[in-house]
Amino acid sequence: MEDEKKDNLALQCLLDIVEKIYGYDFHEYANASLRRRVTGFMLDHKFDTYLQLADRLLYDEGLFEVFLRQMSITVTEMFRDPEFYKSFRENIIPKLKTYPYIKVWHAGCATGEEVFSMAILLHEEGFLDRATIYATDFNQVALECAKTGIYDASNVKQYIENYNKAGGTSGLSEYYTSSYNAVKLRDFLKRRITFANHNLAVDRSFGEMNVILCRNVLIYFNKNLQNQVLKLFRDSLCHKGYLCLGSKETLRFTEVENDFEVVDEKYRIYQRKS
Amino acid sequence: MSNCFEAIVIGASSGGLEAFYKIFSKFHEDFSIPIFLVQHIKEGSDNYYVQHINRASSLDVLEAVDKIKINRGKAYVAPPGYHLLVEDKTSLSLSADPRVNFSRPSIDVLFDSAAHVYKDKVIGVLLTGANSDGALGIKKIHDLGGYTIVQNPETALSSEMPRSALAITKVDEVLELDQIASRLNQLDGGNNVK
Ligand SMILES: C[S@@+](CC[C@H](N)C(=O)[O-])C[C@H]1O[C@@H](n2cnc3c(N)ncnc32)[C@H](O)[C@@H]1O
Repeated sequence: MEDEKKDNLALQCLLDIVEKIYGYDFHEYANASLRRRVTGFMLDHKFDTYLQLADRLLYDEGLFEVFLRQMSITVTEMFRDPEFYKSFRENIIPKLKTYPYIKVWHAGCATGEEVFSMAILLHEEGFLDRATIYATDFNQVALECAKTGIYDASNVKQYIENYNKAGGTSGLSEYYTSSYNAVKLRDFLKRRITFANHNLAVDRSFGEMNVILCRNVLIYFNKNLQNQVLKLFRDSLCHKGYLCLGSKETLRFTEVENDFEVVDEKYRIYQRKS
Repeated sequence: MSNCFEAIVIGASSGGLEAFYKIFSKFHEDFSIPIFLVQHIKEGSDNYYVQHINRASSLDVLEAVDKIKINRGKAYVAPPGYHLLVEDKTSLSLSADPRVNFSRPSIDVLFDSAAHVYKDKVIGVLLTGANSDGALGIKKIHDLGGYTIVQNPETALSSEMPRSALAITKVDEVLELDQIASRLNQLDGGNNVK
């Protein structure tokens, strides 16, 4: 057998153990970035081979927690891709306003910056009280951080810039209080948000949504899992519901392409046909 | 070494836009090896430079989206704010993982993934730049049998990047910017190396 195949076998073995023991399934993650994250973890923790790591993970729950955090990259920001929020405000909000009540699902919300951005946008449109926002991720540590709504002050300058470009109608500073090195988002923004642990690779639908945002999460999945998750989204959207992806993710060439209308290809906003 | 290269990866930082422009305007008409490219660029930039290079080139130069199919005769550019990786021989993937060498996209990330997938069937080219991203990537390509070309640091707009690569790897060729396109044309055209 070639070395390459053996190497793959060892990695699969590691992923099997992680799945069987801890219930997290990484088999269908995108190969290249998965490999990079696993080998990065091995370097940091001084493992020479996949099997050495697998062997330790068999019994060491503490190490698994650290491993899991490395596998779930939570890089995010408030009003990431400001033009997306602008397009959402202009193209989607007027349509949503025709509903008495809407449900929004942020799948893979990481530490919550995206969720608070949406809450601010809905608030500025006078619409927050008519919305329920579900914010889910499979990384519990990130979720706990999201629940606090407390963020490092060093990023705020960037967030303000984003907010302004996103067409914010007030000032971002209206929405947080500052202390020392941190800012805390105001509590009223949280009133309509429910945070929950949800694994897109294994868990089921979340009920009927008007809007699903899943941004910069699908890039971590292979084509197969992408299609599986996209079908979950399609089936979780109400008639004419909206799906929003990350700025470099597209429905083109996926198995659900024909089930959606393109609202804004540049900013990846799609609408379920029926 | 035989001529059947299946991919070219190119990376640059400061001075890169001009360098890419020069190289891409000189590719021959039917250049066929797919090219993957990382230029360090501020996050949130638009893709004006992709269009700029595209207009100068006979190749179809485009910004990559996630899981985009690899086609011959095309060049795929890493979008600002995302790492570009070779997923397998048919597709590319993106990641929003943390910066590597303070960079996202990072040249090391692309080169490493390309070496892993293509082994001795890839050509790695490292150009001008004022940091050391790409040095480990070039080494990886070299170690797995790929062909490596580094721009001459003496005449590069910024010398640190090519210099860092040369410090840790005995690359196949050190070339002037002007020579790189014609060399790649040769390698594409099926002329044997060595
Ligand atoms: C790069 S962040 C994206 C955050 C935010 N949506 C944004 O675009 O800024 C990716 C998130 O996806 C989550 N994720 C990865 N795999 C997941 C899965 N199988 N189920 C749920 N969340 C997942 C990670 O934990 C991480 O928080």
